[in-house]
Amino acid sequence: MTKEDRLEAKNPSEKFLRMDRIPHIWCPGCGIGTVVTSFNEALKKSKIDLDDVVVVSGIGCTGRVAGYVKLDSFHSTHGRAIPFATGLKLANPNLNVVVFSGDGDIFGIGGNHFIHAARRNMDITVICVNNFNYAMTGGQVAATTPIGANASTAPYGNFEFSFSLPYLAEAAGATYVARWTALHLRRVTKSIQEALAKPGFSLIEVITPCVTLYARRNRLGDGLNLLKYYYDKSVIEHGADTRTLDISYQGKLVVGKFIDKEKPTFLHAMNEHMTKILGDKFVKYGE
Amino acid sequence: MVYFGNIKPIKGKVHIEKNRCKGCAFCVEYCPKDVLEMSEEFNVKGYHPPFVKDEDACVYCQLCESICPEFAIFVTIKEEEEEGEKGESRP
Ligand code: SF4
Ligand code: SF4
Ligand code: SF4
Repeated sequence: MTKEDRLEAKNPSEKFLRMDRIPHIWCPGCGIGTVVTSFNEALKKSKIDLDDVVVVSGIGCTGRVAGYVKLDSFHSTHGRAIPFATGLKLANPNLNVVVFSGDGDIFGIGGNHFIHAARRNMDITVICVNNFNYAMTGGQVAATTPIGANASTAPYGNFEFSFSLPYLAEAAGATYVARWTALHLRRVTKSIQEALAKPGFSLIEVITPCVTLYARRNRLGDGLNLLKYYYDKSVIEHGADTRTLDISYQGKLVVGKFIDKEKPTFLHAMNEHMTKILGDKFVKYGE
Repeated sequence: MVYFGNIKPIKGKVHIEKNRCKGCAFCVEYCPKDVLEMSEEFNVKGYHPPFVKDEDACVYCQLCESICPEFAIFVTIKEEEEEGEKGESRP
């Protein structure tokens, strides 16, 4: 690299983004952009052919990711990112399919799709940005809102029990489960790398500040306050029992890699089973 | 500064795309060497971008680059011309 090149050097993330769409719509202090940078970094480090990577998002603030990444991508309807990703993976098993969406989209509206894709051990990677509410539609209570937190549909605080995403994922059958906060930059990158390389269903939950709705309604300050707060409250416990990972309002956050196990993927199980039944008549698919 | 053997700290050069910044201050807060500071100046969108206060202190850790949610800041390795060194390789 000559000196001139360096002066004109571009942000390394630009290679992975549709720069004509940047600046993005996310609020100042929103953490989603940071998670995207960690994802770009993981793509760079894992050296996979970008032509083989597909990003699918649903609706929501995080759902916009599909529109910003310079990869084959699809912005699906609300909650339907996982079934779309499943279709892609089965139609072209060589693809590395990533679902990048929010908690409201994946676990609220599309919760059923999540459990079934995990149950079948579909070989996809799910990156779920958890900001504890339905942000794009105005801060309503989501399946992840902690008890006591204020939301636009819970002006006196939320009283519904919430999902613990790693517990749900493990129970449904996921083979890789990790949780970090957006500020665990390098660890998020490493987990995404591991998940991309993992055959099977992977979930990476990233707890991320939503400054405009969650922080404002709960008077938690700005993005920086929340980013710092989540990080300070987090305790790394790799392999922790997923039954202990509930999140309470402004309480301790257990983070780490909880599950990393081997299990036949959907296609592998299908090929094994059908070969056992039909013998040589069966032509294996996608392996 | 005292160096161990021939190992010298790498110096970084910080590049800020001011007009892309939304003034969240993540980079300023988390730079381990306090290289950056928020400025009083406005960018085209009316946000206050950071400025490089002490570039010599930058150790090319790239944390600002990784944390920025706007893809607005990045660092390159600074060439130490006065000593005629390449400065490209990291130990
Ligand atoms: S509403 Fe919340 S999650 Fe959505 S862009 Fe703004 S800060 Fe981010
Ligand atoms: S590379 Fe590291 S030391 Fe240099 S400005 Fe960025 S955060 Fe600070
Ligand atoms: S992290 Fe990025 S957007 Fe935030 S103040 Fe720094 S340069 Fe601006």
